[in-house]
Amino acid sequence: MRNCILIPLLAIPALAQLPDLPTGKQIFESQCALCHGQSGGGGRGPSLIRPKLNKAPDDAALREVISRGLPPEMPGAWQLTPREVASVAAYVRSLGAVPQQMLPGDVARGAHVYQAKGCGACHMIAGQGEGFGPELTDIGARRNPTHLRQTLLNPAASLPDDFLYVAALTSAGQTVRGVRVNEDSFTIQIKDTSSRFHSFRKSELKELRRLKKETPMPSFEKTLTAAELDDLTAYLASLRGKS
Amino acid sequence: MKWTALLICAAAFAQTPYDRILNAQKEPGNWLTYSGNYAGHRYSPLAEITPVNVAGLHVKWAYQFENRRTEVSPIVVDGVMYVTGPNMAAALDLRTGRELWTWRRPIPKDYQSIGFGHVNRGAAILDNTVFVSTLDCYLVALDAKSGAERWTVQVEDYKPGYSMTLAPLAIKGRVLVGVSGGEAGIRGFIDAYVATSGKRAWRFYTIPGPGEKGHESWSGDAWKTGGGSTWVTGSYDPELNLVYWGVGNPGPDWNADSRPGDNLYTCSLVALDGDTGKLKWYFQFTPHDSHDWDSTHVPVLFEGEVRGAKRKLVAVANRNAFYYVLDRTTGEFLAGRPYAKQTWAKGLDDRGRPEVIPGTEPSEKGTLVWPNLNGATVWFSPAYSPHTGLMYVAVREIGSIYFKREADYKPGTFFAGGGETIPTADRPGAIRALEATTGKIQWEFPMHTAPWAGVLATAGGLVFSGSDEGNFFALDARTGKPLWEFQTGGPVAANPVSFTINGKQHIAIAADKVLYVFGR
Repeated sequence: MRNCILIPLLAIPALAQLPDLPTGKQIFESQCALCHGQSGGGGRGPSLIRPKLNKAPDDAALREVISRGLPPEMPGAWQLTPREVASVAAYVRSLGAVPQQMLPGDVARGAHVYQAKGCGACHMIAGQGEGFGPELTDIGARRNPTHLRQTLLNPAASLPDDFLYVAALTSAGQTVRGVRVNEDSFTIQIKDTSSRFHSFRKSELKELRRLKKETPMPSFEKTLTAAELDDLTAYLASLRGKS
Repeated sequence: MKWTALLICAAAFAQTPYDRILNAQKEPGNWLTYSGNYAGHRYSPLAEITPVNVAGLHVKWAYQFENRRTEVSPIVVDGVMYVTGPNMAAALDLRTGRELWTWRRPIPKDYQSIGFGHVNRGAAILDNTVFVSTLDCYLVALDAKSGAERWTVQVEDYKPGYSMTLAPLAIKGRVLVGVSGGEAGIRGFIDAYVATSGKRAWRFYTIPGPGEKGHESWSGDAWKTGGGSTWVTGSYDPELNLVYWGVGNPGPDWNADSRPGDNLYTCSLVALDGDTGKLKWYFQFTPHDSHDWDSTHVPVLFEGEVRGAKRKLVAVANRNAFYYVLDRTTGEFLAGRPYAKQTWAKGLDDRGRPEVIPGTEPSEKGTLVWPNLNGATVWFSPAYSPHTGLMYVAVREIGSIYFKREADYKPGTFFAGGGETIPTADRPGAIRALEATTGKIQWEFPMHTAPWAGVLATAGGLVFSGSDEGNFFALDARTGKPLWEFQTGGPVAANPVSFTINGKQHIAIAADKVLYVFGR
């Protein structure tokens, strides 16, 4: 009797491949975490907590990457069944997915707030604006609305790991404040608020201050009404990249 | 007259008998074995480049590889440089970097590197033969003059996860290799092959089988998948005829539940008879490891006074963040102390065994421990200068949250049982100079991020190393003061070497796909 049920089920490939997130997570943690980190944040391999994976633009491609690998660095998980592969793929997708949500604000009004508050003086959306701050063209796919709202209210509290604001005191007594764009053991490259690049050898600086928890982005807590904050958040959350 | 000189050169082309390697310090213009000498020093007796003139170093030539993150440490003999990549070797004209020959072996389509990259760390040379290990686990002997294959021997089947990335070690009449595969549940070993024929002379299993001493440190069938890889080139004491080789982590890496016991000889240094491969002694750094702290380092052999007596010593700056000094005749523990941040042991007892802090093993919820799984140092070489008596170590200062997960053994797949998450964005490192006989830190050069490059010390009073951001640099060997730096454009994850071209000292380092040769 059991066989009678199983055979027709397995005969439908779509059902046999229905992904299962807990299974995917379990396999990921035992087989993938060595390189991609236990929570997918990266290690020897890249972070997978991102909405778009460069080498796996769609789910079929992601399943292919998992089962066949990416020579020379990534081995394929040939031992997994198609359903297990689909489960790992679904889990990996879930790591960087920011689901679209119903939000209280209005997207069109939010776009006006963005213009009115001069956000484009530092940020770019779809080619418009200035490139001092992070590009926001797909910010809604990368950050959830709660994070976006928090950043508008208190930007210093939600800085990305690799962001650092610095103040470099030169031997001539000049202080250059800006965003660290690159750094190694001997040199640092800084972009100041007018988007000008500065290059310093550390040995030539009197002091290099790492302004942790500081950012050139102002808080909009006092300059946005509650409704404007909702609208701007809704607008930013709607930005999900080039279609 | 020039032609006569050329003819003499040609006659001398790559005749490298054992006696030359044995006395490598007498010909500092060459770099005849992986670490420069059998003692694992990575020290050049050349003194032409000094703290005063190092700022004048510039690129003389460069050579491009096909693969990224090249880890090669070149061999230099009589005007020829031998380099390797994954399943690839080349002989280069030392004066210009132009290829004299290349050799390639196709990587099988179903070959997979389980837990490491497609890399190779270099060749060995003996007499007129160059020896290369391959990813698909073959040892290949190439004619030094033409690159033609003399013999090829399968060391082990790559399908269950055996592989080779290391530079072989050529001693008298023998070529020694070890294997990778510590994340694939292999049973590790060290092999010696007859240099002229490729016939296997001996094999030492790093995981003792039933009836062998040390087997009692395993339970059930755990030894069969016990790991114990041997993927970094060892050192050799010709007087004692002992080979010193580091052994990797037990399998599965982070879930130790299935393998109670000390799990010998994982995370150990073994001393083997060069003729027979018989175990003379062992010292286990991390019994019952659950953090993937392979003890696969180049063991450094030197003489020094410890506990009131002049002794033959071997020292290891271990992945577990402790520095150890042992008597290399007996394996007796003499001194040890941390050289980097560690939170897993209170210290070492009188015999050098770690006093493990309870609750530091990986867990379901995660356990924060220093150092992270890559350790306080890894495969890249330390350097020892007999001039300063200092050991120079590239140090990583990263902690991580270790997780334990299920581990099912399936041949040819990950057998890891967990992993880690690094909670901090800052992942610093340093070059540290340790007093060789004690491990006391004498100076440090802080680095922006944790390094992946080895260290070269020179008689000129310099220490060379590289960074993951592409800096190749020179420090004052006595103070650690930075004296010179060159941006290579790619991560430096290789070991530097030094030699002469037309009698003048040069330094070589690989950075990503490019090998640079610097001179004045």
